[in-house]
Amino acid sequence: MAHDGHRHDHGEGSELPPIALRVKALESLLVEKGYVDPKALDVLIDTYEAKIGPRNGARVVAKAWTDAAFADWLKRDATAAIASLGYTGRQGEHMVALFNTPDTHNMVVCTLCSCYPWPVLGLPPVWYKSMPYRSRAVIEPREVLREFGLSVPEDREVRVWDSTAEVRYLVIPERPEGTEGLSEEQLAAIVTRNAMIGTGVVTA
Amino acid sequence: MNGPHDMGGFTGFGPVEHAEDEPVWHADWEPRAFALVLAMGMTGSWNIDEARHARERLPAMQYWRSSYYEMRHYALILQLIELGLVTAMEEEQGRMAVAPKPVKRVATAEMIPAILATGSAYDRPGNRPQGFDIGEKVRVQNINPEGHTRLPRYARGKSGEIVAVHGMHVFPDSNAQAQGEDPQWLYTVRFTGAELWGKDTRDSVCIDLWEPYLEAC
Repeated sequence: MAHDGHRHDHGEGSELPPIALRVKALESLLVEKGYVDPKALDVLIDTYEAKIGPRNGARVVAKAWTDAAFADWLKRDATAAIASLGYTGRQGEHMVALFNTPDTHNMVVCTLCSCYPWPVLGLPPVWYKSMPYRSRAVIEPREVLREFGLSVPEDREVRVWDSTAEVRYLVIPERPEGTEGLSEEQLAAIVTRNAMIGTGVVTA
Repeated sequence: MNGPHDMGGFTGFGPVEHAEDEPVWHADWEPRAFALVLAMGMTGSWNIDEARHARERLPAMQYWRSSYYEMRHYALILQLIELGLVTAMEEEQGRMAVAPKPVKRVATAEMIPAILATGSAYDRPGNRPQGFDIGEKVRVQNINPEGHTRLPRYARGKSGEIVAVHGMHVFPDSNAQAQGEDPQWLYTVRFTGAELWGKDTRDSVCIDLWEPYLEAC
């Protein structure tokens, strides 16, 4: 049984917190028992540290802004449209793209755990998995958005999407004015992670 | 179950603390804890719903006090011990004392990219009739099951409108309890803020809900 306040004996002068020692101990045990390959752990970490992150999602958004046929495909079958850019798999098996409009601002949460579209955004930031965000996003979304510096006009609906199933949501923010001359690549560079969760918007 | 994980609607947790350009990890042990959870999941010893249910079964105060990766680590230990993959003493000492149990798969470094890129789809085409269609009004059942459910407390008993139909998906309430996938129709239901919270607001919440959670309105 997992329990709090658990202490491992460790040498004097060790500065590692108990949880760090406990994780280290479990890793050696699971490797010793042959359940995990230590090199596989390194690959997993490197994948989400260096290869898969919000730059993927930004490319999806920039393409949606510049290619009407792609935007239409995203609306109809986001999983296939996103896969065409090479972003597939774990925690993105069933994708839905939510297009912000002058009438609707979309915002994504997982009140029950931490569901998040990994192939396009990578691992979620701490605040997304935090108790304040998970608890308040559904009951007082405008107050939460104000804490992110975002004031949604009163005549615009804030639509919160609670990711309770295996469907994963990617917000497609509105393209800012004054970006007509930018290339797809330049557009991708201004798309932020928060804008693709819905706690931000894109500014030129 | 009405567990500590079911957080929608609480208001006592304070402001959302966020930082620009937050790093992926916040301590050296976090990536190791994350990778252990994923790698053990790849042994096929449990499904995603059983893993979620393990987190929900942690003592409530432990769940709320822990950081995210601490909480994941405690839930992993709970599962490993329950399944007899490790013993409590082994976990405490970090050394093998009893022979390993066979597992379905040990993912090697070479296998990881393909496993991640493939993922596992949760839709299960079948011929169960579809109960509701887009535009229909539905009411959420008021249930308080002892086991796992993906029906958040704040939606129980509330009425909303079907806005999307996703086909048939694995039903977590069954899959988390070794009762099979029992695929059910999955819908997105939109609820007005007024219905959920009694507030005068134009805002709304969309929730993915399986057919057994719903009844005609």
